[in-house]
Amino acid sequence: MAGGDDLKLLGAWASPFVTRVKLALNFKGLSFEDVEEDLSNKSELLLSSNPVHKKVPVLVHNGKPICESVIIVQYIDEAFAGIGPALLPSDPYERAIARFWAAYVDDKLVAPWVQSLRAKTEEEKSEGLKQTFAAVETLEGALRECSKGEGYFGGETVGLVDISLGSLLSWLNATEVISGTKIFDPVKTPLLAAWMERFSKLDAAKAALPEVDRVVEFAKKRQAQAAAAAAASETNVRA
Amino acid sequence: MAGEGDIKLLGMVVSPFVVRVRMALHRKGVSYEYVEQDLFNKSELLLRSNPVNKKVPVLIHGGKPICESLVIVQYADEVWSGKGASIFPADPHERAVARFWAAYVDDKLFPAYIGIMKAATEEARAEKAKEALVVLANLEEAFAQCSKGKPFFAGDSVGYLDLAVGCNLFWLEAIRKMFGVTFFDVGKTPLLAAWAERFAGTEMAREVVPDADTAVVFAKKLQARFGSNTSAK
Repeated sequence: MAGGDDLKLLGAWASPFVTRVKLALNFKGLSFEDVEEDLSNKSELLLSSNPVHKKVPVLVHNGKPICESVIIVQYIDEAFAGIGPALLPSDPYERAIARFWAAYVDDKLVAPWVQSLRAKTEEEKSEGLKQTFAAVETLEGALRECSKGEGYFGGETVGLVDISLGSLLSWLNATEVISGTKIFDPVKTPLLAAWMERFSKLDAAKAALPEVDRVVEFAKKRQAQAAAAAAASETNVRA
Repeated sequence: MAGEGDIKLLGMVVSPFVVRVRMALHRKGVSYEYVEQDLFNKSELLLRSNPVNKKVPVLIHGGKPICESLVIVQYADEVWSGKGASIFPADPHERAVARFWAAYVDDKLFPAYIGIMKAATEEARAEKAKEALVVLANLEEAFAQCSKGKPFFAGDSVGYLDLAVGCNLFWLEAIRKMFGVTFFDVGKTPLLAAWAERFAGTEMAREVVPDADTAVVFAKKLQARFGSNTSAK
């Protein structure tokens, strides 16, 4: 690692967007200070580094903040271009394809999935899941095209899309534990199921991904809190 | 990868995302075949080129499609890196800042002003207008930070963030005409107001940006088609 590079990651252990940045840093072989934020009591540093969104992750490199996980990953790839493997291919067309699918993961997979997790009605939940599964099917096709017979979206090596999708693995596993639903069904989406196994075995991934049990506990606690809040507000309405 | 080869842009005249790409291609000095799409009756070519999202813009270069306006702009800057003007700065941190604000514009400004147009009640419209103004207040700060006293977000000449924001200006003008919302108040966002005029006056903007009235006509057609409870001026 280049001398004199101070890297601080402001994050929260359960956030897949924070995991995404850890994955990028790990794959590049970069060391960093992992700063755990209390999101109910955000630090001065977080608020001054990301005044617009006040969210994690924020990467602070030699005092300069970079926000938004996909932007941070591209920044890491560009600022540390000589170090470790490249996270984006060198060909402009292939870079465009990688950027397209990275955006797709967030807009079409993560967004409806989060909606289903936070849904207050069965209808909302099933609509969210329907869209999630549709996106997963599309990503199966994307993996087939992008991998060109190799193991990753990035081809032989891990790239931007692998990191974007890979950041979700603990949550995908946690969802299976809680609801029995496999988001990457090995029968319907065999390539993705195999990719998930392959990716989780990588050292860089093991070091970045939170433990599934911890995520399960966290998700259950959140669900209980949401249910209690819903019940309380209903009581208030009736009173 | 020298040479321009076969370049096609699938677009729709009033789409700000298409205008964004046209601006980028203008900056690179690249000539292309523009193919207007009917979004209510999508062509085989569009559906084949963008099967995932079925949207414009799509750039087709040497038969290969590239989708999503910001992805296309970055592609154009990279594949034609020797041609025309550079769209992106060279410094990784400046690039990250430009990407951050471009994403912010698409996530927050576009839905707010489209929301003004689609609002079913005056309250909803006022709410969306308020949202848009908050975004513009943030962009005023961004401009101060990014431009460092120079005329454009990117400095001396237009760059990535100028294109990302600037492609929406004709729609903001159209909405001002339709609903009376003032977006660029010289008192509240003086830098942005000056930049907006300057941007609209560039040769690039004058060549590729449609008249605000074209957007007004389109908006009224949409309202007629989908029905809107409140009428525009």
